[in-house]
This record gives sequence, structure tokens and C-alpha cells, in this order.
Amino acid sequence: MARFSPYDNNGGTCVAIAGADYCVIAADTRMSTGYSILTRDYSKICKLADKCLLASSGFQADVRALQKVLSSRHLVYQHQHNKQMSCPAMGQLLSNTLYYKRFFPYYAFNVLGGLDSEGKGCVFTYDAVGSYERVGYSAQGSGSTLIMPVLDNQLKSPSPLLLPAKDAVTPLSENEAVDLVKDVFASATERDIYTGDRVEIVIVNAEGIRREYIELRKD
Amino acid sequence: MSKTAIEVAPKGGFSFDLCKRNEMILNKSGVKPPTYRKTGTTIVGLIFEDGVILGADTRATEGPIVADKNCEKIHYMAPNIYCCGAGTAADTEAVTDMVSSQLQLHRYATGRESRVVTALTLLKSHLFRYQGHVSAALVLGGVDITGPHLHTIYPHGSTDTLPYATMGSGSLAAMAMFESKYKEGLTRDEGIKLVCDAICAGIFNDLGSGSNVDVCVITKGKKEYLRNHMLPNPRTYVSAKGFAFTKGQTEVLSTKITPLMQKLEVAEDAMEE
Repeated sequence: MARFSPYDNNGGTCVAIAGADYCVIAADTRMSTGYSILTRDYSKICKLADKCLLASSGFQADVRALQKVLSSRHLVYQHQHNKQMSCPAMGQLLSNTLYYKRFFPYYAFNVLGGLDSEGKGCVFTYDAVGSYERVGYSAQGSGSTLIMPVLDNQLKSPSPLLLPAKDAVTPLSENEAVDLVKDVFASATERDIYTGDRVEIVIVNAEGIRREYIELRKD
Repeated sequence: MSKTAIEVAPKGGFSFDLCKRNEMILNKSGVKPPTYRKTGTTIVGLIFEDGVILGADTRATEGPIVADKNCEKIHYMAPNIYCCGAGTAADTEAVTDMVSSQLQLHRYATGRESRVVTALTLLKSHLFRYQGHVSAALVLGGVDITGPHLHTIYPHGSTDTLPYATMGSGSLAAMAMFESKYKEGLTRDEGIKLVCDAICAGIFNDLGSGSNVDVCVITKGKKEYLRNHMLPNPRTYVSAKGFAFTKGQTEVLSTKITPLMQKLEVAEDAMEE
């Protein structure tokens, strides 16, 4: 008899792009299992702090558990420090939280996006057990293999090994970055069966948070 | 005492010599069998007042990736018979091509129109011989001298004869539409509408199916192949500016150019002296 499996894969794609004074975080809203769609309207983006958002694909039950842990840790942080956690601090906390379950991992593929304490865009990208890196842009989830090479071409970032260190943020304007995100999602939906229905795009800048939606193919 | 029986090669029957070896290769060495292009697929068919209507989606997948956004799944068998295929694309293609050529030869020999039962028998005996390893799930439809016929054929060779049928990963979604709306004696337009509704149910609710709707209407002495009868999934967004994919996005570390060598042939003209 088949043994109980604690994991499932609910698919979905997440993308984040950091600019000089903004950050774009996007994810599709389809949640599926096997060949079935569970819902066409599920947000994969979670607001953790005023200037820090987390987009996650993978197993959404694990993702929800992870979001709850991060939110409660953030609440304790606010009580102790009387301020919101910065995005880089949240990045380190997420890494520690993931590695804490190294041998029974959260099946979650995360991209953390927001503004750092200087107001610059920042993106952190993760694997399921907490290895992470600050980058200029990233894609995670079922459509990441289709999207990442396009971002590499359009937004080439300097090697992190270069000295002196160079900024990883993209030279694109906010509108250009949003336009690029819409197009890469429309393209990924053409070829990835687990990406579709709708994209939720969250833009963080000095003014605050703004949301945009565009429709994707529903087949 | 004496071994009189010499091992004689068996005449006919199945040979299972390699089963143990194959099992060991798969279990121990970590070798993975190759992946095939499966047409995830919704395919349907129904009988209406003057014939048969077949329908199919046009998505072909390899795992989670869409390999072909607009493939053809309604295959030609004979002028009056068509066949929808689900399963491994190579198998559905090969098995329908093979049987359609057998039917053509049969028509040359007999000088008569092919019958649907002939196609059915040829298909099922081939599939049964391969014990399900030829993974083709088919919906066969046509109109012959004895009237309209619709059959489903499973990969192991079993068959059904039905007034309305669905196959493939979207078969449940499509059958839901048939079960709620099918009735005997539908008109042509009602039939096409119902087939489209069934295929669309598969396209939108089954991730293995997608893109467009193909329809084939077969009546006595006539057929209409309506390729891309519906296009319900256009691209949703195209960047106004378009994209330039400039060179040099990948760092070049070193360059070495080896020029082609010229091949010289020295022609000796020793003829005239």
C-alpha cells in the first residue's frame, strides 16, 4: 500500500525585480494539484512588513505555516524593538526559519522583495532549506525555468564576486519593470500548465504599496 | 537420467526473457525510462440525427510543459471514418496511420467503402497484442453502409459502442457536459455546440488539455473537418515595445579564432610539350 505523503506541489510562479527606488513582486493566482485546478484566485503574495513582501510557490499548506511563523516572529520583534523589521533582517529570519526544518523542510520556494533601510529595492531568493542570496531579480516556482533566462538577458546583473561591489538593482524604470513582468507571465502561461488565470503584481516604493492585476490564459 | 529433450526455441507466444533484467535496471541502477510526448487531452464524440461528430483539444504536453499548442488529434482513417487519439502521441499517430493504410488496401481489394467495425477490429487486435504497452486511447467514429457508429478503444484493446463518448485526462469534465445535455436526435448545430462545450470543459478544467477546439462532422457521403473551430485562448498580453535580445549578455572570457585552411590542389599539365 502507498504510504501517506506529507507533501504536494500546488505549482505557480513568483517573480521579483529590484529597482533603484522600487521593487516589483509578482505571482500568478492559480493553485493546482496534479491535472486539476483547485482555485483560480489564490494570492501567493504575503505582506510581512510595510516594505517587505513574500511570494511563495510550492506546497501552499507549508507556505501558509511558514507565513504564520514569520508573522508571529515579526510581531514579537515589533514589541521588543518598537519598529518594523527591515527587509534584509526579514531575509535572514526567513533563511533561519527554513533551515530550522532542514530534515523535514517546508516545501516552499520563496522570493522576498521590498525596500531596504536606504529605500533601495531589494530581492532575496531562496531554496527550500534556507540557502539565500540578495539579487537584483529572481523567478521561482513551476515557470521559473522559462522566465529566468529572459530576465538574465533583459536585466543582466553584475557578478557578486566583482570588486568593488556593484549594485544589483536593474536600470529599468518602474513602468518598464512592470511591463516586463506582465509579458514574462503571459509567456510562461503559454508553455507551463501550472501557471495561469491571473497575475498579481505588487509594487513597493517610497509612496507605499500599489497592486495591479492582469488576466492570463485560463486553460 | 538422459536429457533427451533438447531446448527448442518456442514457436510463437510471448517472450518474457527480458522482464527480470528490465526490472533490475529500473530498480537498482537508477536509470530512468525516457519520457514520451503525451497528449494530456480531451477527446469526445457523439451520434446526432444524421451522423457522427468528433471533437478534440489541441494541447500536447511533456510533463508540465506544453510541447505543442496547436496539434491535431483527429486522425484520418478512411474518407468516411476519423479517429481521435489520446495517450502517447507517437502511438496514436502510428496506430492510426497503420490501420488507415490497411483500410486503404482493403478498399483496393474489395472496391467497397470501409466499415467502422473493420477499423475497430484492426485497432483493438493491434492494441491487445501489445498488452497495453502501445498507449493509445481512441474515440473512433464514422458513417458506413450500416449507418453511423461511435466506439471507444482502450489501450489494452477493450472497446465500447456508445451514443456519446469521451477519453483522455479531460474525459470526466467532458462527460459531465454530455451527461447533463445529451439527448437522441440532436441537430447538426446542436451537436457541434455540445461537442464544443464538452471540449471547453476539458480545456478549462483539466491542465492536460488546452488551446483550441477541433471538430469533425461525418454524415452519409460527406465530412467536414473544422480545424480550430474555436480559439478560446488567445495570448493575454504583449508588451507594446517588444524586446531586443542583445548579444553580450553573457560574459566572454576568452576568444580564439582558428581560420579555415585552404585546400590547394596543384594541377599538373603534363599533356602538351
